[in-house]
Amino acid sequence: MKKHKQFFTAMFFVLPGIIGLLVFRIYPILASFFFSFTEYHITLPPKWVGLENFKELFHDPLFIKSLQNTFVYFIGLVPVGLVVGILLALLLVKDFKGVSFFRAVMYMPSVVPIYAFAVVALNFFNPYLGLVNGFLAKLGVPGPLWTADDKLVKLTIILIAQWGAGQQAMILMAAMKDIPKEFYESALIDGANKWQIFKKITLPLITPAILYYFITSSILALQFFELPQIMFGGGPNNASLSIAIYLYRHAFRYGNMGYASAMAWFIFLISLGVCILYFRTSKKWVFYS
Amino acid sequence: MNKKFSIQALLHAIFLILITIIYMAPFFWMISTSLKPNYELYEFPPKLIPSIAEFTNYSKALQRFPFFIYFRNSLIIAGGAVLGVLISCPLVAYGLSILRWKGREIVFYAILATIMLPNAVTLIPTFLIFSRLNMVNTFWPLILPSFFGHPFYIFLIRQFFLTLPRDLFEAAKIDGASEFQTYFKIALPLIKPTLVIVGLFQFIASWNDYLGPLIYLTNEKKYPLALGLPQFLDRYGTLWNQMMAAATIAVIPTLIFFIFAQKHLLESIKFTGLKG
Repeated sequence: MKKHKQFFTAMFFVLPGIIGLLVFRIYPILASFFFSFTEYHITLPPKWVGLENFKELFHDPLFIKSLQNTFVYFIGLVPVGLVVGILLALLLVKDFKGVSFFRAVMYMPSVVPIYAFAVVALNFFNPYLGLVNGFLAKLGVPGPLWTADDKLVKLTIILIAQWGAGQQAMILMAAMKDIPKEFYESALIDGANKWQIFKKITLPLITPAILYYFITSSILALQFFELPQIMFGGGPNNASLSIAIYLYRHAFRYGNMGYASAMAWFIFLISLGVCILYFRTSKKWVFYS
Repeated sequence: MNKKFSIQALLHAIFLILITIIYMAPFFWMISTSLKPNYELYEFPPKLIPSIAEFTNYSKALQRFPFFIYFRNSLIIAGGAVLGVLISCPLVAYGLSILRWKGREIVFYAILATIMLPNAVTLIPTFLIFSRLNMVNTFWPLILPSFFGHPFYIFLIRQFFLTLPRDLFEAAKIDGASEFQTYFKIALPLIKPTLVIVGLFQFIASWNDYLGPLIYLTNEKKYPLALGLPQFLDRYGTLWNQMMAAATIAVIPTLIFFIFAQKHLLESIKFTGLKG
């Protein structure tokens, strides 16, 4: 009897969480799985078409293009973002006078709403009136057509995304702060130089944080949406189109819920594959002290 | 030794100045452009600092665009979502850490696993749920889910509850307090600092959310800043000074928030390593 009462009391506490789990997580996963095998225009009931959507995806030149673009974004956001984050963290990990000011400066762009930041960045990189090319002109260098050239927009977007590197820098910095000082002291006695210390001590000891960063940033990179959408709407000539933007177009502009669900599941499976890959290889490169 | 050391210090200082210039440049450029008179907008190379400060750009931008309506909408959405997570997440976390019952671990790990779920997968069915409930073009889709817990915050608060000595709760029970009294009188006051962090994270996440409003809100009267500002770009894209004035006004609340909350934010990042 008492057990029952306990269970019901507990249920009262966790009920919101269980409803949230069922309604906003588990049901949508299953539903989008089902929709991905249907032709489902928002105005009509879903019609079963089997693997048709997935076949169509790989014959859809725009999807292929969005896939290639997303791959470029992935490289520019995950590994490049890690290098930028490590550099920032190394600069600001030691406590010195005024360090908190610099940490705030580095972290500030990550807090600013992306929709405002995207608008500012668009002008900043504008080839004909922006600050970047203005600066290059002063140096007598002809500036690239950052935002106007199909070949360059992805690079421009990746550069702009590095302003958010303060976030990963914070995580990596926290990991660096946890490294016992004795490690460094004994390395200095052995006469190791800075690079050797970084390679032999700092880097191996922050690998758990790097694994965490890889997982979270990869999931986000595969759904990269805001910057290319707000700045270019996926253009010019679909040069900045990501899978997430293409999914958004099909679901919310053309109303093709089935086709868009197939894309969503595609993103899901790639995310899952990437995470499994990280965990599988983590035994080789993640160092738990 | 000493000389080597000073060269290192100099290099460090140079890098710091570079980082500051690079990371502050967008803010500087935004404010500088927002004060430029029209005839200085298209100069090339552009002036770093406008020759006169044209403050009327701000009033013009505010007239062109119903800033206060957008601002109010952003506030309602963010405020509602913060209220939601502050009510639901501590409740669920308490049930998953302090209370003992059959199936607790399974429920906890199921909730935890969904932290890594890509949004893209749940986006469409969630939209269809709200569209059946006739909630498209209302704020509900952006607020309601937070009343049903957020996996990351639940995890965070649960971790905190687990660090508290159990005797606290046992003693209250022996004194005849019900589970709810124990929760409200003992558990909640103890996790105040965590709740501040959770509220902060959610506020910034809602205020900065773009995709959610984009999908659910089509009526301009319902627009938050997230939709109002890029729309300004579409309509008055050539009026960069007013555009930047609008962007500055949209950024100010977050920056004020950031300056006040900076200590909390940076500390919480240290122990969670994640932004909400």
